[in-house]
Amino acid sequence: VAQKPVEVILTRQLASCLAMPAFLVDPEGNLIYYNEPAESLLGLRYEDTGEMAMTDWVRMFRASGADGSLLPAEAQPLVIAIREGRPAHDSFWIQALDGVRRRLATTAVPIEGQGKRVVGALALFWEEG
Amino acid sequence: MRIVLWGTRGSLASPGSDTAGYGGNTACVQVHGAPDECVLVLDAGTGIRALGIALCEEERPVHVLLSHLHLDHIQGLGFFAPLFQSGPTSGAPLPCDLTLHDTPLAEFVIDGYRLRADLICHPGPTVGYRIERDGRSMAYLSDHEIALGPDLERTSSDWLSGFSLAEGVDLLVHDAQYTEEEYAERVGWGHSSIAHTIAFGRRAAPGKLVTFHHDPSHTDSVLDRLHLEMAAMAGGLEVAPGYEGAVFELW
Repeated sequence: VAQKPVEVILTRQLASCLAMPAFLVDPEGNLIYYNEPAESLLGLRYEDTGEMAMTDWVRMFRASGADGSLLPAEAQPLVIAIREGRPAHDSFWIQALDGVRRRLATTAVPIEGQGKRVVGALALFWEEG
Repeated sequence: MRIVLWGTRGSLASPGSDTAGYGGNTACVQVHGAPDECVLVLDAGTGIRALGIALCEEERPVHVLLSHLHLDHIQGLGFFAPLFQSGPTSGAPLPCDLTLHDTPLAEFVIDGYRLRADLICHPGPTVGYRIERDGRSMAYLSDHEIALGPDLERTSSDWLSGFSLAEGVDLLVHDAQYTEEEYAERVGWGHSSIAHTIAFGRRAAPGKLVTFHHDPSHTDSVLDRLHLEMAAMAGGLEVAPGYEGAVFELW
């Protein structure tokens, strides 16, 4: 069995306890975990979908700018964090499962584990009034 | 491989007449093969003192593999006699021929033993080890809070800390410090309940599971009772309580 790094396992544990949405990706950008609050953003249940390739979760998330135009993957904080290996922060709009358009602030950081291994990245979302 | 337990107690050495059966010394496990080959020593708890005395009668390389730097796993180093025997670098602060390494988080080889270390759930950087030789294998996860992660019963094995180290080994030495009631009061302290260890063992399917890192407060009579309960919940899993002096042969 290909083992998830313990830093990723513990990050998932943290995310599962949070009341704010969180995404966790592996070094390739695959969405390997999203918590219950994030399920309502995606309109999907983690137990149903399991892990998702980056192209899939970016398409389903449908982040957009104020004018409604879709944000390209490379402009999304989580994709920047994992591809460029640096923290990224931005605000954008999404249309959640309930149909309401919401403005979200997102902060994403690479997860650097023991031995300076980059084992993934974590994004936290905050709904802006 | 021949595996000898020299210290099985967790957290704090607990000598006394009421712990003499399972032993009061903290973590130390010897792994060795033929008499003229090297010795691997897993952790340097107080159990390493007696091992060191035994090794002084022999002249063979000793490789100490630490799981982490908590006191109960290093406290015996200062009393490990081979460190104070003369070697080629006599005149150095320690007279022995001593080399220190960081544990690689990848497979490595020591004198015919294939080893793999991986980080496992425990406060501070902590590794477990898998050791293989001649088609036989053992895993050592002395301090491991397996339940501090996704649901142990429902999650896929790749999300279980330590699983790839333990999967299918002939012998699994694993933390089993607490009862269920004790664990409920000590979540996040870095150790497993006996029930969690059994559940992990049933997933990893070792040939034999040996419980380890017994709580200092667990006397022989308490451990006897807990191990009877453990046997009842083990199903088809072969489980043995770890005690000082226990020997396991993997040939």
